[in-house]
Amino acid sequence: MKIAGSILFCFLNLNLLFAQPTRIEVCNNCETSRLIAALQMASRYDTIILKPGIYREYNIVIDKPITLLGEGEAVIDGENKGEVLKVVSDSVHLEGFKIINVGTSYTTDYAAIRIEKSRYFKIRNVRLEKLFFGIYLEKAADGEVIGNTIIGDAVEEFNSGNGIQLWYCKNVKVIDNRVEQVRDGIYLEFSDNIEIENNISSHNVRYGLHFMFSNNDSYRGNTFEDNGAGVAVMFSKHINMSGNTFKKNWGAASFGLLLKEINDAQIIGNTFEENTIGINIEGSNRIQYRNNEFISNGWALKVRGACYTNTFTDNNFLYNSFDISYNSKINDNIFEQNYWSNYSGYDLDRDGIGDVPYRPVKLFSYIVNRTPETIVLLRSLFMDIIDFSEKVSPVFTPDNLLDAKPRMKRLL
Amino acid sequence: MITVNGLHKKFGKNSVLKGIDLKIERPGIYAILGPNGSGKTTVIKSILGMVLPSGGQIEVFGQNISKRWKYRRELNYLPQIANFPGNLKVAELLNMIKDLRRMPSEEEHLIELFGLQPFLKSKLANLSGGTKQKVNIVITLMFDGQLLILDEPTTGLDPAALIVLKRIIKDEKAKGKVILITTHIMEFVEEMADEIVYLLEGKIYFQGTIKELTKRTNQSDFQHAIAEISTSQHA
Amino acid sequence: MLKILKYSFFDLVRSRWSYVYLLFYLALGFTLLFLNNDLSKAVITLMNIIIVLVPLIGTIFGVMYYYNSREFTELLIAQPIKRSSIFLGQYLGVAGSLALSLILGLGIPFIFYGLFKSAAIWDFVLLLYTGAFLTFIFTALSLNIAIYNENRIKGFGYAILMWLFFAVLYDGIFLLSLIIFEDYPLDTFSLTATLLNPIDLSRTLILLKLDISALLGYTGAVFKSFFGTLLGFGISIMMLVVWTLIPVFTYLRKARKKDF
Repeated sequence: MKIAGSILFCFLNLNLLFAQPTRIEVCNNCETSRLIAALQMASRYDTIILKPGIYREYNIVIDKPITLLGEGEAVIDGENKGEVLKVVSDSVHLEGFKIINVGTSYTTDYAAIRIEKSRYFKIRNVRLEKLFFGIYLEKAADGEVIGNTIIGDAVEEFNSGNGIQLWYCKNVKVIDNRVEQVRDGIYLEFSDNIEIENNISSHNVRYGLHFMFSNNDSYRGNTFEDNGAGVAVMFSKHINMSGNTFKKNWGAASFGLLLKEINDAQIIGNTFEENTIGINIEGSNRIQYRNNEFISNGWALKVRGACYTNTFTDNNFLYNSFDISYNSKINDNIFEQNYWSNYSGYDLDRDGIGDVPYRPVKLFSYIVNRTPETIVLLRSLFMDIIDFSEKVSPVFTPDNLLDAKPRMKRLL
Repeated sequence: MITVNGLHKKFGKNSVLKGIDLKIERPGIYAILGPNGSGKTTVIKSILGMVLPSGGQIEVFGQNISKRWKYRRELNYLPQIANFPGNLKVAELLNMIKDLRRMPSEEEHLIELFGLQPFLKSKLANLSGGTKQKVNIVITLMFDGQLLILDEPTTGLDPAALIVLKRIIKDEKAKGKVILITTHIMEFVEEMADEIVYLLEGKIYFQGTIKELTKRTNQSDFQHAIAEISTSQHA
Repeated sequence: MLKILKYSFFDLVRSRWSYVYLLFYLALGFTLLFLNNDLSKAVITLMNIIIVLVPLIGTIFGVMYYYNSREFTELLIAQPIKRSSIFLGQYLGVAGSLALSLILGLGIPFIFYGLFKSAAIWDFVLLLYTGAFLTFIFTALSLNIAIYNENRIKGFGYAILMWLFFAVLYDGIFLLSLIIFEDYPLDTFSLTATLLNPIDLSRTLILLKLDISALLGYTGAVFKSFFGTLLGFGISIMMLVVWTLIPVFTYLRKARKKDF
C-alpha cells in the first residue's frame, strides 16, 4: 500500500514536471472564441477544449502536436467554403466534435479533416455531416481513425467525395467507424499495412470499401450493406479479407466483392448475402476461399477472365440462383468439400461426402452470360431440362469444373 | 303438346334430319322407330334441347324451346346409356336429382317395384348394367312430368323388371301423359304403342297406328310391316 | 349452378384420384420439410414442382373428368337446369377440388412445421395462390380441348400437347428468340411473352419473391420496373384472372352450342 502510494506520487510529479499541458478552452463567450485563435495561442502538446457551440471557421491548420477535444455538441461549421481542418504536424489527437458543411469543388478535394504528411495522429469519435470528403489521410502513417461517424448526402458519383480516404499511407488503423451515403465509404490508394476492422459502411453511392494498388492490408469484421457495390479490391497484393459481411448490394452488375488483378489473397469466413453477385472475380490468382457463406445471391461467384490456382474449400453455398458463372472453358481452380444446397446427390458410404461430384456451373448461367435477358427464364422447366442434359454431358461448360467431394451437411 | 316444324339437323356435313314435321297432341304412347342412323335419337334429343337444330322449330307445351330450359320441368327423360358418377351411392344419386329438380317425387314406390332397396347404399360403380338401368328408370319416373321420353328403356332388364316397366308405362299413360319411346324390340312396340312414328333417312316415313301401318304395307302383322318398309326402302 | 358445383366437387373429393393427389402433396410437403427444415428452401423446391405438376394434373383431370362424366352430363342436360350452370358448376367442382387438394396437401405440413411463425409465409401464400390459379386455368383449357374433341384419345393427346407447349416448348421458343434477337431491345418482348404464358407468369411472380437478387442483375429496365412495382404485381394477378376467364368463357360458349 505504501509502495503503491509513493509510485503514484512520483508519477504525478513526473507528469507535472515534463508535460505541463495547458488547457485552452474555446467557447462563444470565452476569452478565446475562435478555434484558429486558440491554435495560434497554443504551445506544443497543449489541449484545446471546444465547448458546446457552433464555430463557423474553415481552413483551420494544425501545425503543432495538439489535442483537440470537443465537449458536448461542439460543431465546426465550414459554411461550404472549403476545407475545414488540416493537420500538418505529427501527434495530433482529434476527438469528440462534429464538423458540418464542407465545401464542394470539382477541382479540389476539400475534406472535413485532412492529415497531411503526418504521423502518430488519432481521430476518435468525430462526427462528420454534410461533407465532400470526410477524413482524408495524405501520405500519413502510424495513426488511427477510430469510432467516427461519417454521414454524407451523396446522390451521384461525380460530385461526391469519399468517407475515409487513404492516399500513400502506411500503418493506419481504421476501426469501428460508420460511413454512410458518400461516394466510397473507405478508399485506399497506394496504402500499405492498413488494418480496417469492424466498420459499417452502407448506402454509399459507389463502393463500401475500395482498394487500388495497395498491398499487405487487411480488413476484418466489417459490414458492407446496400452500397452501389460492396467492396472493390483492384490491383493489390496480399490482402487479408476475413469475417466481413457483404449484404444487399443490388443492381445490374452489382456485387458484394470485386477482385480485379488480385494475387495471393485470403478470403476467409465472410458472409455474402443477397447480393446480385457475391464475388466477381477477374484475373485473380492464388487466392484461398475458405469457410465463407454464400446465401441467396443471384450469382455466388462470377468468374471472368483468366483466374488460376484459386482454391475454394469448406464454403457454404446456400440457395443462390446460380452458384458459379464461368466464361471460359478452361478451369484451373479447385473446388472441394464445399456444401452446396443445390446438390442432389447421395452418400451411400455415409462419410459425409456425396458420392457423385457436384457441377456448380449450369448451362443456363452460361446462356445468361451471353444474353442477359434470358434471366427471365430462370427456374423454368425448359431450363431445367437443358441444364440436366448439360450436366450429363458437358459441352459448353468446363467439364473438370466440379466439386468431387461435395459435403452432405452444411458447415457450421 | 309437341309440335315439330321442318326440323333439320346436320352434324358436320352429314345431314341427319332433313325436315321433320311432327305433331303429337293426344296423350298416349308413341313409338319412334326406324333403322340405325335414321335419326331417332336426334329427334328425341332435339325435343329435349340436347341437340340444337340446324333449322326448323320445336314447340313443347305450346312454347318454342329454343334457348329455354324451364319446360323440362314437365319432361322426364330416360337416356340410352346410363352412366352415373361412380363415387355416388344410389340413395345419394336419387337425393341429388331430387335436390336438382325440386319437385315432388315418389321414388319409394318405384324402388320397391324394382327391388332396389338392397342397393341403396351401394356405390353406382359397383352395380350391374341391369341394376343401373333400373336406377335410371327410377330417376326418370319418380317425377310427375307430363311428357316422358324413354330411349331404349328395355336395355338390360330382366323379364320381371320388364313386366314392371310395362305396367308403369301403362299407368302413366292412364294419367293422360304423352310417352315417347324408342326401341328395337318389336313385341314391346306392338304391345304398348298407340301410334308409330317411323323415321327413314332423316324424314318421317310414316306416322299412325299399327293398324294403319299394316294396312298401308299390305302385311298381315306389324313385324312384317316393319320388315316390308326396310326392304322397300332398298328397292 | 351451386348445386352442380357441390355435387361435382364432392364426387371428385371422394374419388380415389383426389386422395392420391392429396396424399402426394402431403408426402411431398412432409418429406421436403423433414429433409430440410428450412421453409424458404422448401418453397423454392415446391415452386419447381408446382409450376410443372399443377398444370399437368389440372390438364389431365379436366380431360378425364369431362370424358368420364359425359353420360352423366347428358342426364343433367335433360334436367330442367340451365346448360351454363351445369358446365360452370362442373368446372368449378373439378378445379375447386384440385385446388383444395393442393392447398390442404401443402398447407398442413407447412403449418405443422411452423409456417405462421416463418418469414416465408407470404412466399408460401403466393405459391399456393398461383398454384390455385394454374389449376383453374389448366382445368379450363383442358375442358376446352375435351369439349371440342369427341375422340378421347385425340382429346388426351391434344391436352398433353397443350401442357407440353406451355410448360416446355414455349420457353424453348422464347429462349431462342431472345438469343437470335439479342442485339435488339427485348424488354417489351420479354414482358409480353411472359404475360402470354400462365406458367411463365406464375413463375415470374414467385421469382420476384425468391430470386430477387438475380433478377435485379437483369438490365431490362422495363421488365424490372414492371414486375418490381405494385402496379406490375397487380397487372400480373389480373392477367392470371384473365387467363382463367377466357377459357371458361369459350368453354361455356361451346357448351351452349354443342349437341349431346
